[in-house]
Amino acid sequence: MQIATYLLQNHTIMTLQEIIQPANKVYGKTPLLTDTPMHYCPGCSHGVVHKLIAEVIEEMGIQDITIGIAPVGCAVFAYNYIDIDWQEAAHGRAPALATAVNRLLPESCVFTYQGDGDLAAIGTAETIHACNRGENIAIFFINNGIYGMTGGQMAPTTIEGMVTSTSPEGRDVMLEGYPLKISNLLTILDGTCYVTRQAVHTPATVIRAKKAIRKAFENTLAKKGTSVVEFVSTCNSGWKMTPHQANQWMAEHMFKVYPLGDLKDQ
Amino acid sequence: MEEVKLMKGNEAIAEAAIRCGCDGYFGYPITPQSEVLETLMALEPWNKTGMVVLQAESETASINMVYGGAACGKRVMTSSSSPGISLMQEGLSYIAGAELPCVVVNVTRGGPGLGTIQPSQSDYFQTVKGGGHGDYKLITLAPASVQEMSDHLCLAFDLAFKYRNPVMVLSDGLIGQMMEKVQLPDYQPRLTNEEIREKYPWATLGKNGRAKQNIITSLELVSEEMEKVNNRLQQKYREVEANEVRYETFLCDDADYLLVAFGSSARICQKSVELLREEGIKVGLFRPITLYPYPVAQIHEYAKQVKGMLSVEMNAGQMVEDVRLAVNGLVPVEFYGRYGGMIPTPEEIVKAVKEKLII
Repeated sequence: MQIATYLLQNHTIMTLQEIIQPANKVYGKTPLLTDTPMHYCPGCSHGVVHKLIAEVIEEMGIQDITIGIAPVGCAVFAYNYIDIDWQEAAHGRAPALATAVNRLLPESCVFTYQGDGDLAAIGTAETIHACNRGENIAIFFINNGIYGMTGGQMAPTTIEGMVTSTSPEGRDVMLEGYPLKISNLLTILDGTCYVTRQAVHTPATVIRAKKAIRKAFENTLAKKGTSVVEFVSTCNSGWKMTPHQANQWMAEHMFKVYPLGDLKDQ
Repeated sequence: MEEVKLMKGNEAIAEAAIRCGCDGYFGYPITPQSEVLETLMALEPWNKTGMVVLQAESETASINMVYGGAACGKRVMTSSSSPGISLMQEGLSYIAGAELPCVVVNVTRGGPGLGTIQPSQSDYFQTVKGGGHGDYKLITLAPASVQEMSDHLCLAFDLAFKYRNPVMVLSDGLIGQMMEKVQLPDYQPRLTNEEIREKYPWATLGKNGRAKQNIITSLELVSEEMEKVNNRLQQKYREVEANEVRYETFLCDDADYLLVAFGSSARICQKSVELLREEGIKVGLFRPITLYPYPVAQIHEYAKQVKGMLSVEMNAGQMVEDVRLAVNGLVPVEFYGRYGGMIPTPEEIVKAVKEKLII
């Protein structure tokens, strides 16, 4: 019996047992997402992106052949949350590990999950060359413009004027260089087949982001080359904002520098 | 089938890799070992055994490709020379921490810095004393001939998988470049993914119906747990030390004095021993084949019967510290070395024995 009908007919308070019935279920957590409590701060984008990746892997039925490469950064424990085989890379080296897995296990589905420091600072060479070789891998790239795990330092993607613990007066591009639009850079490489920039701060963007994740995995299985999905993300702890403020700030400031949408789709 | 060929040490590494069932080689060109990658590319093993060969964008990428491949339970390797091996130290620490098997060949050249492309043994400390961060050990084999380049590569893979530990083949530009007769090993088939699943249940090949996920990591934030990880590693190293010491002796039994040398230096020292014996001076040669685990007990035993030892190295004095630790003050331990790409002659060593040991 549906809850609304039940309430209309009975006008009584339901017990938990009465509510938790298969007929009443409108949404379920994918079993690929483990029950390990996530260490991410409330409001952080990582949790949503994890959930979407887990859902897509389940929906595509590829959990048995998928191997994830975790980064160093906030997502270092990604392996605790998605129930597939994982390798934990050194900082920035995930695309090198993924390259070997792709070459040695060509029938598998390999993806890396990396933050902006990992992918666009210390691991720039590994990122560019894996993409340039057109490795059949998916790269999921969380860009929140800050080093979250180490406590809020400037990232390569920190936007101009943004305050971090190592740019306390705001990023001065004359002093610290410009925010690195690495996805734009990866677009011009012949090895990439799909480069897109997404976000997960509203229901509509979550739906689009999930489609992008699916396309990246489909490209990987079809051996089309490297797919890069950038998620412009919030780090409300590092930004020192409430989750709601962070979403607003991201939409207002980050999207100007990192506009959402497909950069390349072949 | 016995197959003897005349080839360079570097070429022997490539041939042996294909034959001992290697699944993947990832490397970056550097003198004096570029022939390893060149030979592999010319032999096209992907057509014969299915072995993957890939030129990486750097040594950093090479060692991390090795990490990814090793995490899949594959027999993977890289090779480089000193500056490139320096770049690999981060990866080696991670691989040791994650307890993965792999083989790394160092065809050593003179340093520090860009140094020289000529042979040297100055990476002894880097190899056996750490190099990367944390308490870890590399099982280290020191070939002294082109034959041993081939033999040690296959042995290195066996040891790597036996202990789930990276193994370094520490050679030098002399052995890498010189040509000698080699009897190559027979072809050994590569393991299938099913065989890897069976033999190495830890491998991340994809869950493929397995109930529990496999995670390859070196991370453990809880100190009590990280101490346990280190305890496990240390226990493994004690096992390696108890079981895997390898060495060779040449005319040591009646010796009054001992030369201690590894790799190329040992080859030269063999001639020095002969020259000294012609003069009636009873000298023997002790050659450690494993530099880690080091033949501590064996050297200590010889210290009880000789009057002194001379450590001969192509560096400014590195292994001599381990000889002194092994001898533990029983007899004088002296050092003779040439470095910066210079190679000692047998006569120089004869002179050094007379000056430093006999007086």
